[in-house]
Amino acid sequence: MSPARTRPATALRVRRRLGAFVFLSPGLAYLVVLLLVPLALVLSYVFFQRGRFGGVVYEYTTENFSRLMDPLYLRVLGESLQIAALTTVIALALGYPTAYLIARLPRTWKTVALVAIVLPFWTNFIIRMYAWIILLNGPGLINSALKSLGLGPFELLYNKGAIVVGLVYSYLPLMVLPLYAAIEKLDPQLREASANLGASGFTTFRKVTLPLTVPGVLTGCLFVFVPSFGNFVIPEMLGGGKSVMVGNLIRTEFLQARDWPFGSALALALVAVLVVLLLAQAWVARRA
Amino acid sequence: MRRSRLLHVPFWVTIVFLYAPIAVVVAMSFNSGKSAYTYEGFSLKWYGVLAHDQRVLDGLLNTLIVAAGSTVIATVLGTLLAVGLARHTRSRALDAIALMPAVLPDLVLAIGLLLFYGLIQLTLGLYSVVLAHGVFAMAFVAAVVRTRLANTDTSLEEASRDLGAGPVTTFLKVTLPQLAPGILAGAMLAFTLSLDEFVIAFFTIGNLQQTLPIVIYSMIRFGVTPEINALGAILLLVSFTAVIAGQRMTKIGEARAQD
Repeated sequence: MSPARTRPATALRVRRRLGAFVFLSPGLAYLVVLLLVPLALVLSYVFFQRGRFGGVVYEYTTENFSRLMDPLYLRVLGESLQIAALTTVIALALGYPTAYLIARLPRTWKTVALVAIVLPFWTNFIIRMYAWIILLNGPGLINSALKSLGLGPFELLYNKGAIVVGLVYSYLPLMVLPLYAAIEKLDPQLREASANLGASGFTTFRKVTLPLTVPGVLTGCLFVFVPSFGNFVIPEMLGGGKSVMVGNLIRTEFLQARDWPFGSALALALVAVLVVLLLAQAWVARRA
Repeated sequence: MRRSRLLHVPFWVTIVFLYAPIAVVVAMSFNSGKSAYTYEGFSLKWYGVLAHDQRVLDGLLNTLIVAAGSTVIATVLGTLLAVGLARHTRSRALDAIALMPAVLPDLVLAIGLLLFYGLIQLTLGLYSVVLAHGVFAMAFVAAVVRTRLANTDTSLEEASRDLGAGPVTTFLKVTLPQLAPGILAGAMLAFTLSLDEFVIAFFTIGNLQQTLPIVIYSMIRFGVTPEINALGAILLLVSFTAVIAGQRMTKIGEARAQD
């Protein structure tokens, strides 16, 4: 008999509790102080009034919520949803065939192709956006190329289109990876069976491949939509502050207007939208 | 045959889309002229300018300090947390809390921390960024180590206990060495994420210091020069090398695990 097992049961239980405590408490304590408490602050500041130079005055108010309903802010929320949705659709249109091809490559090429897709994702985010400024700007490379063809110049930078391009560029790998995982997993025999039964390539795709990869599609869409919706750096760098997204508003409220309670209300609206999407995704995934 | 050729088109569109901007950044870094838009001739002078730009060098040092500090915090706490969650509890709520920083929008975590630091009246600086980066980095370390834990056999740990080793010895001599590749991968991930992180650093660093991404951001707002291209080219080289090296290491690790 092992020494551990001959010990009385209570000592064992105490020991197990101690183990759980030793392993779990440092990380959880860190997360409580630096994650849960800050989030609770965001949640509670919504109900207070703004201080004159940032901070809050602890007087209850619901004014921050009613301000959210102002058409001005609702329009910004709507526009952010629109930009994030457009980004997601384009990333899906580009990402699905890409992932599909990679999944059917021979094994060595698969790895090479996947690394090629992910590699830009690991380089400095600000530099990648800078690259698009150089490309899209008035005197930039695309306009110079068009000029030699006798076209342009066009206003390519500092508009909604530029924001969408930047967002797609930043988050495309997050679309390709889950799609690849879903398509890779498919049994090729299913496609063969469908073809043997006389279905065309497109019918097989529509009736077999696509329905079976819906969970991957949903995950990819979520991975792209979430960081796009709350972004403030890309709209600021490529949108030139003309098209404002909800992230830009939050940033302004916190760092310039110093209205922390209203900034918190906006952040809460952002999180609420994302939670609704997450729940919807879980619901659809369970039915698929 | 023709159909599969057709499939190659979106793949190559994606590749060109991903790499063309990067190629332009690198190409224009060798420009002898002052503009990042018109190429005038080959020169390495902007790399020289970069090497003497004190703001960039300070930013680089700050970034490395932040990444190193937050990686240490995240690796130690994240590993313990992963083992605790996998072996000592079945609570799904704790699971969710541990994963939360990885899914929460960075902006929300950033303002939450700004409010918190404001409330406890902490003077902002590098250490407030270290603590902040520790939060999301820990979530990634814990996730990576947990995947590794799920693939390791508990029978070795049981054997160690049966042979009379105490829990501490078992953890240090059996569990930890088994987890080592996962811990290393998690630490590398934490370090890389911190190096590149902008939003949380931007909110929690205060006015006195800057990390490298913040330096680049303000340089761009000031105007585009080939110096930024030179910096970009160097950063691209570093991260490409790191990713490919990491890829090879995981491959070797997997090959060893299969032996």
